[in-house]
Amino acid sequence: MAGLASLTAHELGARYRSGAATPTQAVSECLARIEALDPRVRAFLTVTREDALRRAALADARFRTGAPLGPLDGVPIALKDVLCTRGIRTTCGSRILDGFVPPYDATVVARLFAAGAVLLGKLNMDEFAMGSSTENSGFFTTCNPWDLSRVPGGSSGGSSAAVAAEMVPLTLGTDTGGSIRQPAAFSGVVGLKPTYGRVSRYGLIAFASSLDQLGPFARDAEDAALLLGAIAGADPMDSTAIDVPVPDYRAALGRGIEGLRLGVPVEYFMDGMDPEVEEAVRAAIVTLEKLGARTEPVSLPHTEYGLAAYYVIAPAEASSNLARYDGVKYGLRASGARDLIDMYSRTRAAGFGNEVKRRVMLGTYVLSAGYYDAYYGQAQKVRTLVRRDFDRAFEKVDLLVAPTTPGVAFKMGEKADPLQMYLNDIFTVPVSLAGLPGVSIPGGFTRDGLPIGLQLVARAFDEATLLRAAHAYQTVTDWHLRRPPLQAGTADRTPR
Amino acid sequence: MSEPTRYETIIGLEVHAQLATRTKMFCGCGAVFGAPPNTRTCPVCQGMPGSLPVINRRAVEFGIMTALALGCGINQHNRFARKHYYYPDMPKNYQISQYEEPLAEHGRLVIDTGAGPREIGIQRLHLEEDVGKLLHDGALETAQSSSVDFNRAGVPLMEIVSKPDLRSPEEAAAYLKAMRAILVFLRVCDGNMEEGSLRCDANISLRPRGRAEYGTKVEIKNMNSFRNVRDALEYETRRQARALDTGERIVQETRLWDPDRAVTVSMRSKEFAHDYRYFPEPDLPPLDVQPAWVEQIRARLPELPEARRARFQEAYGLSAYEADLLTQGRGLADYFEAAIGAGGKPKAVANWVLNELLREVPGDDDRAVEACPIPPANLAGLLALIDDGTISGKIAKDVFEKMYRTGDTARAIVSREGLTQMADEGALGAAVDRVLVEHAKVVEDFRAGKKAALGFLVGQVMKATQGKANPALVNRLLSEKLPKG
Amino acid sequence: MAEGGSRISPADVEHVARLARLELSASEKERMRSELDGILAYIDKLRALHTRDVPPTSHAVPVTNVMRDDEERPSLPQEEMLANAPDRHRDLFRVPRIIEE
Repeated sequence: MAGLASLTAHELGARYRSGAATPTQAVSECLARIEALDPRVRAFLTVTREDALRRAALADARFRTGAPLGPLDGVPIALKDVLCTRGIRTTCGSRILDGFVPPYDATVVARLFAAGAVLLGKLNMDEFAMGSSTENSGFFTTCNPWDLSRVPGGSSGGSSAAVAAEMVPLTLGTDTGGSIRQPAAFSGVVGLKPTYGRVSRYGLIAFASSLDQLGPFARDAEDAALLLGAIAGADPMDSTAIDVPVPDYRAALGRGIEGLRLGVPVEYFMDGMDPEVEEAVRAAIVTLEKLGARTEPVSLPHTEYGLAAYYVIAPAEASSNLARYDGVKYGLRASGARDLIDMYSRTRAAGFGNEVKRRVMLGTYVLSAGYYDAYYGQAQKVRTLVRRDFDRAFEKVDLLVAPTTPGVAFKMGEKADPLQMYLNDIFTVPVSLAGLPGVSIPGGFTRDGLPIGLQLVARAFDEATLLRAAHAYQTVTDWHLRRPPLQAGTADRTPR
Repeated sequence: MSEPTRYETIIGLEVHAQLATRTKMFCGCGAVFGAPPNTRTCPVCQGMPGSLPVINRRAVEFGIMTALALGCGINQHNRFARKHYYYPDMPKNYQISQYEEPLAEHGRLVIDTGAGPREIGIQRLHLEEDVGKLLHDGALETAQSSSVDFNRAGVPLMEIVSKPDLRSPEEAAAYLKAMRAILVFLRVCDGNMEEGSLRCDANISLRPRGRAEYGTKVEIKNMNSFRNVRDALEYETRRQARALDTGERIVQETRLWDPDRAVTVSMRSKEFAHDYRYFPEPDLPPLDVQPAWVEQIRARLPELPEARRARFQEAYGLSAYEADLLTQGRGLADYFEAAIGAGGKPKAVANWVLNELLREVPGDDDRAVEACPIPPANLAGLLALIDDGTISGKIAKDVFEKMYRTGDTARAIVSREGLTQMADEGALGAAVDRVLVEHAKVVEDFRAGKKAALGFLVGQVMKATQGKANPALVNRLLSEKLPKG
Repeated sequence: MAEGGSRISPADVEHVARLARLELSASEKERMRSELDGILAYIDKLRALHTRDVPPTSHAVPVTNVMRDDEERPSLPQEEMLANAPDRHRDLFRVPRIIEE
């Protein structure tokens, strides 16, 4: 039974159906790997061992009686701790929610449980999803499985590391300005940010309401398609989840990309980029051309303004969404307060980390009287300009291909200056502002063995094309089959 | 007149009406009054992490109905906004309200304080969510702790802001009364000020007559009845006038009306206004109120109090006073017209409704009127029995009471208890004869010229017949049988 | 706008911290001031763009009129809604004394 933890969800499903393996066997192996490796990787905030085995046993029975729920039945999964799970501690990576146990499941969580997925635990993240390295977690930092002295990326660092380290085949993360794509790039896995409104946000602890989206981490495009298909779709509890039909993402995967028009945004190849990243991405473009795609340059002239607009809009919305963390109804309450205002101020000071405080202050400032038009108002207009850049590009092409990040996983503590940290998101943020879907897939490695991410961006609600192109790329490359050199008995470096 | 004539009083009223929807503004929790604390909440209205609002369509409909009744222009494009401030009864520490693009604007409400009708401008009407209930351990100023019940958090509120067109406390009370009548008539709000489903705050300032610029305005809160509104504003007018007379500066502040001490009391003065940091609510797509939808709603609007009052006077010959009382609630007005529809004559129905029915049933409580044990058809039935002489007016009052207690028809009660009026000349004639013999002395008094004796004799005949005698017939018989004096 | 070429003054920081109900130590205030100053300087590049005729985007996907029927859904049980209360007093959430600001 060794090696079950290394399988993709679709491979596991095949084993379950043929009887070659059971969900309990797979889940037990994943739990064993977590136990062996997580003291070093530190991806998990909470491991739900008993619950996982209980759910696995129920899945076993369903397969035995020949009535499984679907392709996710019995598949081990873990969730970024930004999602509310009923009866299971949910922290959002913050001390201000320490002890919080939600009385309800997020819609997406309910859908996964209804599909038979087995939850193994909640994953570490930058506090309130604010960060690009998971160093802002209120609890501890997750380590990149490829090099434990480096960050896995953020804010969904636990989600990307858990998949990279083969602890689970699938995880969910969230992406507001790049928090799925960037850690996917840093950790060498597939990470997809759906179109804004594709997936329900009910039960997703909000950071920036007009930008947040939930999305899958996986080892290949097919698994990402599988998970996306299970969570996508309208929800009466979320007014911003758009009622657009969910296609069968897996069915469309194998169609190839013959004739697909690819745009290469000239602004995304800038001075100061890591030359190895640029090299890998250019090589990937050649590979895509060999698969039949036609490439042409496109221009997204407002790219450099995207990051600035994002760092007005996201903190503004965050300052509003985080106002509720005040010690009254849930979470931390500072002791010994003189009065109510004292309680509010001390609770928030004690519960929030520095990055969160910074963004709350910035957000409050830009929304405050006299500054709204100059900052927030202006940023919303720039957002329109950024969106129009993409609309114009997509008149000529079907997909954009670009680097995910300007560099690769950096060492912990290396980016101490907040602005330096923000610059990590320069290629991912504009896509978020435009609400478009984007995926990062493994596109190579540096000479030091660090993963490089390749970003694909599609039109709104065209995740199918993203996945199809990713899948095609993965039929002729093996970056996604490489595994980090973590020792735990079942890890090895050779591709399958 | 309570305000000094050298100053002009400028008043604007802000009314908050809890909408009579089944559920809250942004979630499916029941919008009920009086449930045990924190039993009518969910992640959304409690502001839990991860929760999201979803607009209640009926609340928007009620808003549109009210806007139409007040002659407002509906803003086709309108949206919700977040209004930020920290307070324990605010689950999210922001309230979802409307700011730059409210549902409706620029309407009017006609009031009449007896000096003729005046049109008061309505500045805007918008929707928002209510906050929870804060209970203090004692008085707010000295409480060492407070506690929160979130049952009320999220209940839909409609805020209606008048233009500063009101010129006296009487006008303010009249405006509130008229506003309440419309809301109750439309059935968008139950109008209960004691329970807090209708709340009113005022902004009041004074300026020397002839001056164009407004004085400093003071906000007055905690007026929970028409009387309180009038009294509070009268007090405040006097207070401000006294201050201005002595050259004192009016502080822009919020004051609470204390009905026990009959004064307004300053809340700690706010030197700067709250910075609410409004921005459009990102969790809610904007509203695009289609004209077709508005027309559908307009077509379903009931006849409004003003129009119905006028029609009652014209069509049924009622006085303004009678029409006013009969339209204090839509249920009562419907009852009145249903009784006419069942055959009752308007004046008689009005009489009985106003004098007898309203003794039993509060006229502005639609539910009570509807649940009344005497349905309109039964009242019409009773009036028919009086009309055709079956029973006398006096007996009818008894029958009415019995109808109310039992729910039976008049006919059933009259027949069961044998209350049919005696109109048989023979039997009645015999009763008259007996009375004349028994009270021979009174008969003598009558013959001697004491006309009042007739009344006594009529009364005796009524007594002898347990009130069932037809009074007109008794009078005639007596006149025939009495010796002419 | 603050003096001396910086965009945000210590008084601004105090004001914003009060609005945000965040207690900051003196050194935190100064560090916050200089960090925010740097970020605001970066953000200032937005002013270079001409946006007079550009409509703002407040919703990424342009839908309207998302509403629900006025139908009741069960509320959550009182115990569950109070379970996370830092200071529960009978069936209520208790808070320290409120001083009007």
